Amino acid sequence: MSGTARSQLRLLARDPVLLVLLTVIALSIAVFVVYPLVKVFMASLHVNDVWTLDGYRELAERRLYRNALVNSLSVAALVGIISVAIGYVAAFVLTRLEVPGKTLLHYITILPIVSPPFVSAVSILFLFGFNGLVTRQLLGLNDFSIYGFHGVVISQVFTFAPIAYLSLRGVLASLSPTLEDAALNIGATRWQTFWKVTFPLSLPGIASAFLVVFIESMADFGNPLVLAGAAFPMLAPQAYLEITGSFNLSRGATLAIVLLIPSMTAFAIQRYYLAKRQYITVTGKPTASTSKIVSNPMKWLLYGIVSFFAVLVTAFYAVIIVGAFTQVWGFNYTPTLAHFRYVFDVGLDSVKDTLIVAIVSTPISGILGMLVAFLVVRRVFPGRTALEFGSILSFAVPGTVVGIGYILAFNAPPIILTGTLAILVLCFVFRYVPVGIQSGIAVLRQIDPSIEEAAQNLGANGLTTFRKVTLPLIAPAFFSGLVYAFVRAMTAISAAIFLVSANWNLMTVQILNQVGSGRLGVSAAFSVVVIVIVLIAIGIISFLINRWTRHTSMVRFQ
Amino acid sequence: MTDSIRIVGLNKVFPSPGGGSVHAVKDINLDIGAGKLVTLLGPSGCGKTTLLRMIAGFEEPSSGDLFFGERRMNEEPPNTRDTAMVFQSYAVFPHLNVFENVAFGLRLRHLPKAEIEAKVTRVLEQTGLEGYAKRSPNQLSGGQQQRVALARCIVMEPKVLLFDEPLSNLDAKLREQMRVEIRELQQRLGITSIYVTHDQVEAMSISDEIVIMKSGVVEQLGTPQEIYARPANRFVADFIGKANIVEARIAGKNTIEINGVSIGVPLVPELPAGAEVSAILRPEAIHLSAEGGQFRGIVRRVMFLGNIAEYLVEVDGLGNWLVDISNPAEAGLFQAGSQVFLEPSAGSIHILG
Repeated sequence: MSGTARSQLRLLARDPVLLVLLTVIALSIAVFVVYPLVKVFMASLHVNDVWTLDGYRELAERRLYRNALVNSLSVAALVGIISVAIGYVAAFVLTRLEVPGKTLLHYITILPIVSPPFVSAVSILFLFGFNGLVTRQLLGLNDFSIYGFHGVVISQVFTFAPIAYLSLRGVLASLSPTLEDAALNIGATRWQTFWKVTFPLSLPGIASAFLVVFIESMADFGNPLVLAGAAFPMLAPQAYLEITGSFNLSRGATLAIVLLIPSMTAFAIQRYYLAKRQYITVTGKPTASTSKIVSNPMKWLLYGIVSFFAVLVTAFYAVIIVGAFTQVWGFNYTPTLAHFRYVFDVGLDSVKDTLIVAIVSTPISGILGMLVAFLVVRRVFPGRTALEFGSILSFAVPGTVVGIGYILAFNAPPIILTGTLAILVLCFVFRYVPVGIQSGIAVLRQIDPSIEEAAQNLGANGLTTFRKVTLPLIAPAFFSGLVYAFVRAMTAISAAIFLVSANWNLMTVQILNQVGSGRLGVSAAFSVVVIVIVLIAIGIISFLINRWTRHTSMVRFQ
Repeated sequence: MTDSIRIVGLNKVFPSPGGGSVHAVKDINLDIGAGKLVTLLGPSGCGKTTLLRMIAGFEEPSSGDLFFGERRMNEEPPNTRDTAMVFQSYAVFPHLNVFENVAFGLRLRHLPKAEIEAKVTRVLEQTGLEGYAKRSPNQLSGGQQQRVALARCIVMEPKVLLFDEPLSNLDAKLREQMRVEIRELQQRLGITSIYVTHDQVEAMSISDEIVIMKSGVVEQLGTPQEIYARPANRFVADFIGKANIVEARIAGKNTIEINGVSIGVPLVPELPAGAEVSAILRPEAIHLSAEGGQFRGIVRRVMFLGNIAEYLVEVDGLGNWLVDISNPAEAGLFQAGSQVFLEPSAGSIHILG
């Protein structure tokens, strides 16, 4: 085995640039992904300078923490189920049925993915809070409280159902409709066809979407912080409060580990069990065919559900925009620009900082993602699986855990980074690179390797091949990697909140502060600014990529 | 300048996913003269593509040596070997237009702009692609894409040209046309070429020499005529063209006996009388008539293919033989079930010991 490893390294060493690059990437993943996690784990076992399991025992004994765990798990489970149900219906309607306005519905449904973390929470407060439009002004309720289990679930479903939708859309689009046709042809009813063919075939995809939403929900910080309320503790905000409120680092670390375990378990199941069980029935022929297994009334019922969700999304955004221009929501609906003046006056530094962090981390993350995908798919080297695992590991690690890990790891020698731009950029790069890597790997696996071999054969070394051939060919993955990195850098909160400083502050943290002090109008204005920047940035990235690959007609973006 | 290629005791062992290993290329020795076109021919999985990829540098030999001229190439990375390869899937860069595809390698050499322009234009003319320079590859037919792949290689003036089943994705007519063009171009440029194919007709028509491979081993090396007329073993006989392999016995000097019938043949291995041998009878070297011949049989199947008629004849005591009759439209067809007489042309019989 070591003989193989040696010969693999020898082969790689013929391309020294690539070998150096690989070493740098492997080292950075070890330092910026794995090392912080190790630090969190060690801190959880190290209470008052003694190695002990007391931290965990205390957690198990105190009801607050037990409740936090149970609450987080049950919210994640319920949000997973509801999101997958909505996502499945939306994916089915929008990929398989002939209905009007599909493109518009698609974009509205995925809109929440690009929005800052508090949009849904603030909308819900605007609509259903103590001074909410619906609860107070329309229904005249005085004692209704949105805080707690139901508030968090509603807000998270709104935030994460689009993720389930996107992932199930891929699953349903890759199921050949001829399978349904075949079932109908040999005498199955529509109902039987759905339950005996379509549903079982999409089951691994459903489970996978559920687990992804579960992971996201467990890790979610913004919605619980705003909507959980004091009576309903949840893990991620609790860990944050232990550290910022009680300065109890080891308790925070212990909670972080407890938070990490279910997420990692879900990730492991999703990646190593379900991923191998996806049924993809690619025939090479166009599979875009309308499903015949839905009767007309059923079709319009499903369409109604999807439209209703889209209307809700639109309403939530409308409320945010109106709220941003409204004096005091619930009392005085006079239009005003005061909130935006505040954003561009008091908040201007955070706008600038956020933009700098996003602009610096996006290209690094995008190129790193494609490079790792290229190395993992096209090169053989010892530890390849470990590199792939390490590089996508951070997808499953809740931001709270990463944030605590970074302050533990980079607050003391040998690497001191706290309070710098670098710590934010590094955190964002390694946290959000997995999506680029995954889509890079997926696209690259479909590209004939001989195209890259041809480049080598004509005299290109590894890096030139990557730059001149691979990267242009995987431009769609590069695009989605860049967009994802930028959007996340603009909207991240859970890890970032531990890493911001007086010098480097972020808009999302500002939104949180405004929500905390009850100034919902200002937080709405901040959210609008974030959304506008994100949309402009997507436009610019797509323009640049299109220009760069303008000869390419094969490589097109969806 | 073009190079000769020398392969000495070359082996390739792949670790197989299940644990063990696959010995894809076994102890191969080959000498390929400068300027020659040599074909590696064999069924799929015979190791021919692995051998080609080792020459290109995409695979590393497990043991043995590879020389271009006097230079040992084992450790040389693919991008500095100065080979140029035409891939089965063309591997035309989809994001570059035809001109840029062909200019790709020249640009990596940092040649002056004007020189690149001149070279690319000349090669596009040579390959019949003038006027397509600004086209994107997906606006081209398969044949045109293959020309781009070829142009991209010869513009580099490589020491060695490599072809990996370059015509297998083209339709039959185009395939014939392209192999003539490739052969003419190769002879004009005089570049040492190695051509992998599983199509024996393609191999016969294009090669100076053919290397027949099976299970990682060279079965025979020779000119097309040698291999067809004197196959080294049953596998080669059967793989190149069609063959009736018939049990025979040595009857004396230059004489064999098949089922009691004595036939004089040109070459017989040095074996004692009575030794059992195999006689290779090519279907086109058997004469068929309604009466009077050395063997008698019943026609079991007739296929009219236009230029020939292909018969399956059950020969008394000798099993089924394939017989091809040329110009059948004029000769007339025997119907299935009719009795026929067969007379192998003695000069074409090849004996395997």
